[in-house]
Order: sequence, then C-alpha cells, then structure tokens
Amino acid sequence: MKTWLRIFFVGGVISFRALFSWIRPSIYIPTMLLGPTTQVLFFAYLGRTAHLKSDSWFVVGNAVQSASVAALFGMGFAIDGERWTQTLSAVLATPANRAALFLGRALPVLVNAAVTAATGFLGGALLLGFRMPWSQVPALALVLLLASFACTGLGMLTGAVGLRMRDVPIIANLTMAVLLIFCGVNIPLDKLPGWMHRTADWLPMTHSIAAARRIAEGASLRSVSSELLRELALGLTYLLVGFGLMRFFEQEGRRLGTLDRA
Amino acid sequence: MTRGARVFWTGFVLHFKNLSASPFMMVTAAIWPLVYATLAFLMFRATHQAPSLLYAALGAAVMGIWSTTATSAGGAIQQQRWLGILELLVGTPARLILVLAPITVAIAGIGVYSIATTLLWGRLLFGVPIHVLHPFLFAVAIPAAVLSIGMLGLVLASSFVLYRSASNLSQALEYPIWLITGMLIPLSLLPGWVHPLAWALAPTWGMRAVRRAAIGGDVGVPLLVCAALTVAYTVLAFLLLHHFERLARDRATLALT
Repeated sequence: MKTWLRIFFVGGVISFRALFSWIRPSIYIPTMLLGPTTQVLFFAYLGRTAHLKSDSWFVVGNAVQSASVAALFGMGFAIDGERWTQTLSAVLATPANRAALFLGRALPVLVNAAVTAATGFLGGALLLGFRMPWSQVPALALVLLLASFACTGLGMLTGAVGLRMRDVPIIANLTMAVLLIFCGVNIPLDKLPGWMHRTADWLPMTHSIAAARRIAEGASLRSVSSELLRELALGLTYLLVGFGLMRFFEQEGRRLGTLDRA
Repeated sequence: MTRGARVFWTGFVLHFKNLSASPFMMVTAAIWPLVYATLAFLMFRATHQAPSLLYAALGAAVMGIWSTTATSAGGAIQQQRWLGILELLVGTPARLILVLAPITVAIAGIGVYSIATTLLWGRLLFGVPIHVLHPFLFAVAIPAAVLSIGMLGLVLASSFVLYRSASNLSQALEYPIWLITGMLIPLSLLPGWVHPLAWALAPTWGMRAVRRAAIGGDVGVPLLVCAALTVAYTVLAFLLLHHFERLARDRATLALT
C-alpha cells in the first residue's frame, strides 16, 4: 500500500514536472493562465455581438470549459510525452501497479485544470466586472474540481488512444472542439439541435457548466446535486474506460512490439 | 530583384507543400475555423439582431489564417533551430529575410484552406449563401491578407527569437487578435483605446478587404493599408533579424536551443 501511494503521489508529481515543457513560468503563464481570460473575453464580446446572453453567462461557461485544455492535453501528453522522450517502454516495463502509475499522473493534471479554470473567473471579474456572492466561492471551487475530474477522465481516454495513435494533440484538439460546441459553453442547450443536446448529456462539462451558472447566481449545492452527481458518474465512467483501454493497448503494444512505434 | 523574388517564391512553394502534409497544421487550418464558424452560426442564428451568417463565415475563415500564423509563425525561427538548419539558413548568400519570410507567409497561406472549408461548411450545413459581390477583388484581397498577416508573423518570429518559449507566447496572441481585429466582433463594440491597436494590425485590414469584396463596401483603402503594413512589417522584421543575427553571431548562440 505504501509503495502504491508513493508511486501515485511522488510518481505523479515527478511525471507532471518532467513531462510538461510548459510548466516553466515563461510558458505556463501565457498558455495556461492568460489563455482562459482571453477566451472568456472573446466569447463575451461575441455574445454581445449576437445579443445572446449576459457577460456573466459567458464568463462562467468559458472559465469552466477552459479546464478541458489542461485536462485533455495534460493527460494526453502524460502518455505521449513518454514516447517522445523514449521512456515509454521503460515506464511500462516496471512492475509498478498500473492504477498507481496512471491515476497518479491524473491527479496533478486535475488540480492544474481547476487552477486554470479559476483564472478564467479572475479574468472575467477583472475585465468584465463579473461578480458573484463570496459565500458561493467554495461551492464553485467544488464544481471546478468536479469538472476538472470529469475532463481528466476524458483525458485518460485520450491518453489511452495515444498509446495506439501518434497524433495525441490532434485527438485532444478535436475533443476540445466537441466540448466547446456541444456542452452549452457559448450556446444555450435549448438553441442546439436535438441530437446535439442529447449528445451533450453524455459529455463532461455540460452538467458542471449548468451547475456553475446556477451557483454563480446564488443557488445552493444541494439544489444542483443531480447535475453534480451526473458529472461525477460521467467522470468515473470515462476514467475507468480510459484506464481499461490503456491496459488493453499496453498489452497489445507488448504483444505486437509497437509501443514506441505508434 | 528577380533573384530575391525567386528565392521567396521557391521557399514559399516548398514550405506550403511541406505544411500541407502536416496533419496538425491541417487541423489548425481546416478544422478549428469550422468549430468557430459553427459556434458563430449557432449563436448568430439564435437571435435576430446578429450580423449575417456570411459575415460570420468570412470572419471564421480569416480567423483560420491568423490561427495558423499565431500557432506556428511565432516559433518559426526556433523551429529551424530545432531542425538544426538555422546555421545553414543564416549562412546562405541570400538575405536572411528572404529565407525566413517564405516560411511565415506559407504558414499564413495554409489558412487559405480555412476559407475554402468554412465557406463550404456554411453552405452545406447552414445554408449560408455564398454570394461574392466582387469576385476579382475577393481573389486579390485573399493573397493580400495572407501576405500581410504572414509578414506580421515574421515580425513576431523575429521579436520572440531570443525567447525560448516564442511559440507559446505567439499562441497566446490568438484570441486577443481575433478579438480586436473585427473578425467576428465589430470594432465599434470595443473600447476606443483598442482602435489604434487594431489599425496597426494586418488582420484588421485583411479582414475588411475580404469582407467588403464579398459583401460590399470600399475595398481599395483596406487593400492599400494591407500593402503599406506589409512594407512596414518587412522593414521592421529586417531590422529585428539583422539585430538578432549580429547578436547570435557575437555570442555564438545561433544553434543553441
């Protein structure tokens, strides 16, 4: 158990620090911290152009959604980065427990995604005058963590596919595009075609964004519990499927000798 | 003059073909503009006070040109360094700007795919009528926009060359430039202090030229400003590159990453 926890925590943090070339402040600040704010600003102004919703509506949607950048790319590169540095075979040759190995990599990614999303709110407050009751901040933080968890689950799936395909950035990009269009980030769900609305129900972010908007308006956690539980269930499902797929592709990679070749 | 034009054109064709074979560049150039076009179509369609869908389609298309420039042009010189050919490029008898400008213009040129895919996407999925008012001017406005945006990319590449994270810094400019250059958001909605900034940026005038050629309005002024900005960016990039080259030779850091 002690070894499991060591691999989970220490291994996860080392992997995060080692694999992320953007962890340096010179990269981290423009990419991870300024990115959400500029996204929030762009869509809030696009919303003004379309006369669609208030600035606050766009601030919440885009700030929460910005967690997906860190989560999807983070988990994707956590696997793909090993291939680039030619350490994938070495990592997978270790007898370490796979759950500790892979889930440990997910934890720093999850925290980073939540921090990224929080900067979107900060940017919205500073530049667009976004305001919400201070008493709602803890509840909103919980929603951000949950959204980041669900997206990290989806990121695990992306990372797993990265064991089989070479173009993880492309997969992460396409997944992010789907989230941006389908999840009610910038378009109210009732304005989307029915099939998109139904698809959105099965994607991470949809329920978190809906919950975050209500919390920002002053609703209690209890009143959005059904949305939060659905997000939690979706996150767990994606995480388990992603982990299962990772194990499957690892075994396939060993059998076919394609781990470093994909 | 002829030799310089030949170096530029050959480099442009080579890099355009090379970039066209990159899946990542094609996703940036052809897929992401569709995402923003879809968002704009759905947002604009949801209300009756928004600009037309053709306005949105053209905006998203030019956004694609800036996207490819922002994601790749800023780090174009770094990229040559990583490939291990920067010393060779600097050592060629041709002027450095003639070797590097085709790279950033080709990167912006890849954005032309976004114009084709976005207009087609809008037509097929959202029934956006593709009616170009001045086809000839439209055909002139696109290369003018590409050239001026590509040269802006070279200014970025030259400015950020001593900065190890040039590519990331350049990427961070994607949304701000979309925001302030009137691609989907009219300048009139933005605070007054933003306007002079927008006027100094090629995407503002490139967008105006393309949109006015398609929808209507004076195309001459935006085209002239595009040309003037292209010249200004070329001079600026020349000076920056000259400074960078001298500095790198002095410090012997040309090949260091």
